[in-house]
Amino acid sequence: MSYELVGITVLWIFLYGYIIVGSIDFGAGFYNFYAKLTKKDHVISKVIDRYLSPVWEVTNVFLVFFFIGIVGFFPDTAFYYGTALLVPGSIATILLAIRGAYYAFHHYGAKQTTFFQFLYGMTGLFIPASLSVVLTLSEGGFITVENEQVLIDYNALLTSPYSWSVVVLAIVSVLYISSFFLSYYAKSAKDEPAFELVRKYALTWSLPTILASFLVFFALSRHNPVHFQNMLSMAWIFILSFLFFCGAVYLLWKRKNLGTAFILVMLQFAAAFFGYGATHLPYILYPYLTIYSSFTNPAMATALVTAFIGGLLMLIPSLYLLMRLFLFNNKYVQGK
Amino acid sequence: MLEYDPVLYSRILTGLTLAVHILYATIGVGFPIMIALAEWMSIKRKDEHYRLMARRWARGFVITVAVGVVTGTTIGLQLNLLWPSFMQVAGHAIGLPLFMETFAFFFEAIFLGIYLYTWDRFKNPMYHFLLLIPVALGASASGFFITTVNAFMNTPIGFTIVDGVMTDVHPLQAMFNPATPTKVSHVLSSAYLTSAFALASITAVQILRGKTHIYYKKALHLTMTAAAIFAVSTVIIGDLSGKFLAEYQPEKLAAAEWHFETSTEAPLIMGGYLTEDNEVKYGIEVPYALSILAHSDPKAEVIGLDQFPVDEQPPLIIHYYFDTMIAIGIFLTLISILYVVLSKSRKLNQLNKPFLWSIAAGGPLAFLAIEMGWMMAERGRQPWILRGLMRTEEGATTAAHVDTMLWVFAALYILLTVTSVIVIRKMFKSNPVERELRDRGIE
Ligand code: HDD
Ligand code: HEM
Ligand code: HEM
Repeated sequence: MSYELVGITVLWIFLYGYIIVGSIDFGAGFYNFYAKLTKKDHVISKVIDRYLSPVWEVTNVFLVFFFIGIVGFFPDTAFYYGTALLVPGSIATILLAIRGAYYAFHHYGAKQTTFFQFLYGMTGLFIPASLSVVLTLSEGGFITVENEQVLIDYNALLTSPYSWSVVVLAIVSVLYISSFFLSYYAKSAKDEPAFELVRKYALTWSLPTILASFLVFFALSRHNPVHFQNMLSMAWIFILSFLFFCGAVYLLWKRKNLGTAFILVMLQFAAAFFGYGATHLPYILYPYLTIYSSFTNPAMATALVTAFIGGLLMLIPSLYLLMRLFLFNNKYVQGK
Repeated sequence: MLEYDPVLYSRILTGLTLAVHILYATIGVGFPIMIALAEWMSIKRKDEHYRLMARRWARGFVITVAVGVVTGTTIGLQLNLLWPSFMQVAGHAIGLPLFMETFAFFFEAIFLGIYLYTWDRFKNPMYHFLLLIPVALGASASGFFITTVNAFMNTPIGFTIVDGVMTDVHPLQAMFNPATPTKVSHVLSSAYLTSAFALASITAVQILRGKTHIYYKKALHLTMTAAAIFAVSTVIIGDLSGKFLAEYQPEKLAAAEWHFETSTEAPLIMGGYLTEDNEVKYGIEVPYALSILAHSDPKAEVIGLDQFPVDEQPPLIIHYYFDTMIAIGIFLTLISILYVVLSKSRKLNQLNKPFLWSIAAGGPLAFLAIEMGWMMAERGRQPWILRGLMRTEEGATTAAHVDTMLWVFAALYILLTVTSVIVIRKMFKSNPVERELRDRGIE
């Protein structure tokens, strides 16, 4: 594999990681607030708190890793996306800041307030929506370069069916992924009422998730036919994704093997996400940037890959420890 | 009205974000060390008071970490949004430490999560203490990595430029550039100093308010002893930073000292103001001191601003930033050493009121020194973003709406700082030390 491919694959894996842990986090924050509104918070907020509290900062690092990494491996992305994204990027930043801070204020502060809960619950849905704009822009058609000036066409962006379909998919997926995770977590916690409640959420969001995916396919075929053709030639991976989806919903429906069900959800998104990514290559930004034209120099590439391997050797045991202590430790999960 | 200038607004917004982040980041670097000291004492002396100290400090720390994390994420994104051309060019040489920093964050975040939720989970208290070591290492490592990036901006080496593109890159050389040793050590040492003083300052205020429990005396003793050590090291490294500037960035030192003409036996000027034709009025002149600061030799020659073209001279206002930092540095050193001497001799009651007030002032002053030091370092690098290679305006974005973003972010930072202060105050007011001691059955 060339360095370019290694680089983009590593980054894509971390972005995938962020999508999963981030969705769990954002969705849980939203459900927590929603349960409060519908006066069901006594049922699920304990389960949600126990999972979220120790890991929220780790979630954020996945995102930081991705955007620092992409500029490290592909410095030209800073120039194109940096200029184009000033406004949408700043909005996403502000939402992230409010959410992270108020999450901590709410949980570690002396008093829990509904207002803090509202802030981090609602921002959790807007963040994925605003971050998804980056993927939309990468399909081309919204960014133009004239006389070395990078310009973004907001009008086209805000009226494009494709960009709205991506936003819908982002929000729905967040609710879908996190409710599946919470079902599994509540079941491990042996908290039946909480389980029944989040199971209902999960089943509710299953069909919309698939519908939204089809909507994105359809809109993409109009917006970027080249990419869409590439996807068709890799259709098997998207079919696989759909099969994982069916399996996950089936297991949840039957209230069986929820751990496996959640793994199927992760596989469903992995298949779709890597299928999307692989067919997007070699472009990082249609039609201006490819992974080859924007790559850093060989010395830096070697250094980054070396640092990455060293970092992983430290990271994997630590993440393992974190999961042992909080995720797969039945005593902790059950609140003992 | 001013004409819209994205460069100007980018500079203001970057400065503002960093000025906010550095307050929380300093706590982020320094507090784990102080918490570790307290927990270590509790294990060594089997003293529950120190354990409570560690617990309470950690509880406040979480809130500041949260704001540190979100403002840090903001700068990370903003560096790309506001300085796209700079990142595009510099990324080729300095991407490595930025990338490694994210691993340091990971490390810190994971173990902090574990540390906070395992206070009573281990039979052997040593295990819990050990969890803090990766937190402290991770925090100091992130300070280290990001400061090497900043050092690189001051003394960029490790590459050759061909047609505006960096080639023949040596990432490690770029990271360990001439500015790295003094810059990194001064930044870390001053973060430890500031954290120790912040905690001492809170304790001093409590004692002044009439609290008498032995807990406060122990806390004051621990924090002030640590502060004395860090103050001395900060001043020594600060002196080395001056020598670094004299050799590698003489224009910064000259601007900071209003040293217009290259000369030997140069005096150090404190305070004062400049007349129209650059004459210093009402300044205090310390003879030979600038030559000593620059080269450890009262007779040495110090390069003046006359050696630099006018459009490459830093703004002269950094003189005041520099003076403020040095004055505070000397004040903090005197106070903390005095405390150590007095507490050893036991003759004087070191807890008299004016002395406690001085300690109380030390915390906010230390934060002020941090801000002043950075303003001096960053504005003193102007007009360069990469010294000698890229001017600040070449690195900036050309996008519209940077001005609007400035106002929006300013509002965000006000919101975050105000709420974080309120939340922390509430947290400790509603659960004072005396009550917590009672609740936990400690005398
Ligand atoms: C509590 C904080 C604090 C204190 C008491 C001092 N400093 Fe400092 N100083 C910093 C906090 C700081 C800093 C925030 O950490 C800076 C900003 C940029 C940097 O590299 O460190 C800094 C920068 C800085 C620089 C510029 C370095 C550069 O631009 O490369 C010099 C020459 C000094 N300091 C010198 C001193 C001296 C001689 C001090 C003692 C009397 C002193 N500092 C006390
Ligand atoms: C955390 C403490 C820091 C503070 C308080 C700080 C403060 C400032 C200020 C006030 C400016 C505006 C200078 C001017 O235009 O006159 C500035 C500029 C800048 N700083 Fe820093 N800075 C800090 C650290 C860093 C670090 C670690 C980096 C690099 C990774 C950095 C990168 C920049 C850049 C890119 C600019 C814009 C270019 C310029 O105006 O020089 N800063 N900073
Ligand atoms: C341009 C300069 C800087 C950038 C881009 C930056 C970036 C970041 C980012 C992205 C985070 C959040 C990490 C997470 O998600 O956990 C963060 C936090 C942090 N930063 Fe900065 N940072 C800068 C300057 C500094 C400086 C100068 C220091 C230290 C002297 C510092 C020390 C820290 C620490 C210790 C944290 C951990 C959070 C905490 O404990 O408060 N940073 N920074």
